[in-house]
Amino acid sequence: MIRRREARRGGLGALAAVLLVLPFVLPNTYYLNVAILAGLNAIACIGLNLLIGYAGQISLGHAAFFGIGAYVSAILTAGQGWPPVLALLAALVLNGALAFAVARPILRLRGHYLAMATLGLGIIVAIVLAQEVRLTGGPDGMPVPPLVLLGWSPPGEAAWYGIVAVLLWIAAWLSLNLARSPIGRALAALNASEIAAATAGVDVARHKSLVFVLSALYASLAGSLFAHYAGFITPAKAGFLQSVELVTMVVLGGMASTFGAVVGAAILTALPQIFATFHEYETIALGAILMGIMIFLPRGLVPSLARLAGRR
Amino acid sequence: MLETFLQFLFSGITAGAIYALVALGFTLIYNASHVINFAQGEFVMIGGMATVFLADAGWPIWAAAPLAVLLAVAVGVALERLAIAPAREASTVSLIVITIGASILLRGLAQLVWDRNFHTLAPFSGEEPIRVLGASILPQSLWVLGGSLLAVLALGWFFGRTLLGKAVIATAHNRLAAELMGIETRHVMTLCFALSALLGALGGVLITPITLTSYDAGVMLGLKGFSAAILGGMGSATGAVVGGLLLGVVEAMGAGFLSSAYKDAIAFVLILVVLVAVPRGLMGARGAERV
Amino acid sequence: MSLLEVQSLSKTFGGVAAVAEVSFELEAGHVHSVIGPNGAGKTTLFNLIAGAVRPSGGKVRLDGADITGLAPHVLAERGIGRSFQTPQIFAAMSVAENVMVGRHLRLDRRLLPSLLGMPAVDRANRAARERAQLLLDQVGLGQEADRPAGGLAYGAMKRLEIARALAGDPRLLLLDEPAAGLNPTETAEITALIQAIAAAGVTVVLVEHDMRLVMAVSDHIIVLDSGRKLADGTAAAIRADPAVIAAYLGQAQ
Repeated sequence: MIRRREARRGGLGALAAVLLVLPFVLPNTYYLNVAILAGLNAIACIGLNLLIGYAGQISLGHAAFFGIGAYVSAILTAGQGWPPVLALLAALVLNGALAFAVARPILRLRGHYLAMATLGLGIIVAIVLAQEVRLTGGPDGMPVPPLVLLGWSPPGEAAWYGIVAVLLWIAAWLSLNLARSPIGRALAALNASEIAAATAGVDVARHKSLVFVLSALYASLAGSLFAHYAGFITPAKAGFLQSVELVTMVVLGGMASTFGAVVGAAILTALPQIFATFHEYETIALGAILMGIMIFLPRGLVPSLARLAGRR
Repeated sequence: MLETFLQFLFSGITAGAIYALVALGFTLIYNASHVINFAQGEFVMIGGMATVFLADAGWPIWAAAPLAVLLAVAVGVALERLAIAPAREASTVSLIVITIGASILLRGLAQLVWDRNFHTLAPFSGEEPIRVLGASILPQSLWVLGGSLLAVLALGWFFGRTLLGKAVIATAHNRLAAELMGIETRHVMTLCFALSALLGALGGVLITPITLTSYDAGVMLGLKGFSAAILGGMGSATGAVVGGLLLGVVEAMGAGFLSSAYKDAIAFVLILVVLVAVPRGLMGARGAERV
Repeated sequence: MSLLEVQSLSKTFGGVAAVAEVSFELEAGHVHSVIGPNGAGKTTLFNLIAGAVRPSGGKVRLDGADITGLAPHVLAERGIGRSFQTPQIFAAMSVAENVMVGRHLRLDRRLLPSLLGMPAVDRANRAARERAQLLLDQVGLGQEADRPAGGLAYGAMKRLEIARALAGDPRLLLLDEPAAGLNPTETAEITALIQAIAAAGVTVVLVEHDMRLVMAVSDHIIVLDSGRKLADGTAAAIRADPAVIAAYLGQAQ
């Protein structure tokens, strides 16, 4: 327990250090841009890891919450003239309500059936976003006004990086706090054995709903910020392949590891950029790396490496 | 009214037959290994794309199609031998990610070896529609239905009448017991991947003259096939066929009578409704967890 | 007055009656045992009482209040704890954390303080950890507290389950074959443990095949056969019951 708390503090310290140093070692704003995108994905992945990693409930439709966050922000700011922060909060409320409404019936399902249901939910959301052309601009997407915080708009990549870095750190801090609270133990317990968790007094359905809503809120926040940062949003960001990418980031980094989610998001966001110069081979390399890591390090990067380090 | 209904029914059954083939592929692999193979749709794509490119190179269809199916089978075997077998001990989610990685890899290879365009294939026996009660059926639809029916019957014969087929069923029921009886379960796994690649590629060859194909045509087909398998109840072969046909027909009716823009969504709304009502699919195994 | 009252409790699985019209009462503070051949419906009876399975008919009352068909976590709140025939431990957690989960209902479970890592949560964790240590010492796993629970031996897992159930301060403790797979020394330890738990005022119900253990600790024995209650009474009465001897004891000896 004590060792674990130290590891948590050490991890948060290391994360802060990396986030602080990163902008000074990255050669130009192009890489800063990649870091910002990685940070936004990492926020969504930290939330998704609470659901998949800790509670053991797969979601193959999580990009839907990311997409709804992005589109609610886009529509309310561009169409209705709402202040971005208010639109972002509205997106959180809407996503939270949607997640809460579907959580009970869907999270009764297990394994592949749950995968199917979340996948279906995600695809339905993506199709609605693509088809409601008057509201969303359809498959071609829609422009999003810049973010404004109390009259101040982040002027460039550096300011955006600061915002994302702070939010990412807070997201990780909240996740780690939750993991070691009685709620976090209850999630890990129901992951291992639902009947034993319930017998110990854990309201399994309630905890599943809770973590599902939380993970949707993380994705919503990341989506809203992404919309403002990118200035443009398409339904593809809510689609199946995007959902798969989020799950892949979590699993690649390591299940039930908050820092693993961050590492997975960073790697999978940066890889395509690195391979972009060999455009033809980009997808091949991505697929091969995914398979390779899962075959040789099935527990994911961070837990596998931590284990190696511990054995030494 | 009847004509329109029949028209939608025919196109629904045609699409449903392909979903059923893909769903059977999912079921085969699931039963043998409890792996959900998210690269299943890629077998369909390989079948279609390889046939197209061989035909473009001047091969006759009767040679191009079997060769394309054979290519898909080789890919299926390689997938099992190189990626699934070495990861035997991995968790369900890890295995899902491995097959997702494989599907990304195969799409990338298809882009590289072939291209990123849409392709079509000449129908096997002309384009003159056949009139039935006022509705028209494409001759290619008959190819799809006939081919799928033959595949399902052959599969039934294989599992019901041959020793090898029975070995596969024994392995699916109880791997350890099958091993103790001297069945090489390793080969059974490979065989199941080969068979499910064969089914998917066959579907790809048959449907391409109707729907076009491209390097990423397998994504949606794979998802629909997975939906069909889940709809019928994962692990049930009959369920896969029923689920596939049901999905195809409901989708065609929904697209025709409700909204064609939401055609793809209809399948997933259907599956959500069914799963919430019957958490294990229409024909899935029922049984309480033993504690 | 009886703590638990079971009235014509029944459960059918696909037409087969696993438990049929079983009625009995459990007196508070005593050790009760449910015995019977394999397939007699003992574990199903536990599952019905603890809420893991919904009854097809009949009533269960705890302290006079109807608890039939309530969810397991609600029953845990009402004071029913249990262990499982096949240990259902949380393998990835430490031994102590397993017990801390058992303490779930007595801890601060508010979301916001948990997310913010407020001192109240730390205090709750510390208190739960101390309590877990006490319980682990009691079941003889004090040394193993920080080991991963998945690495424990089978018998240790069974004892861990007892500690986890005790962490919820149950009034009624259902133990499903606590001595299965244990050697004679371990069985003797379990016997002493059960007696200590009962002495502390917890009503204990055992499902157990080890007749020596059953006869040594039980104040009251219920005999099931093919889902029906064959007899119930004191150990001496059961031993003398001709129907029981014919159906069960006779067969075993």
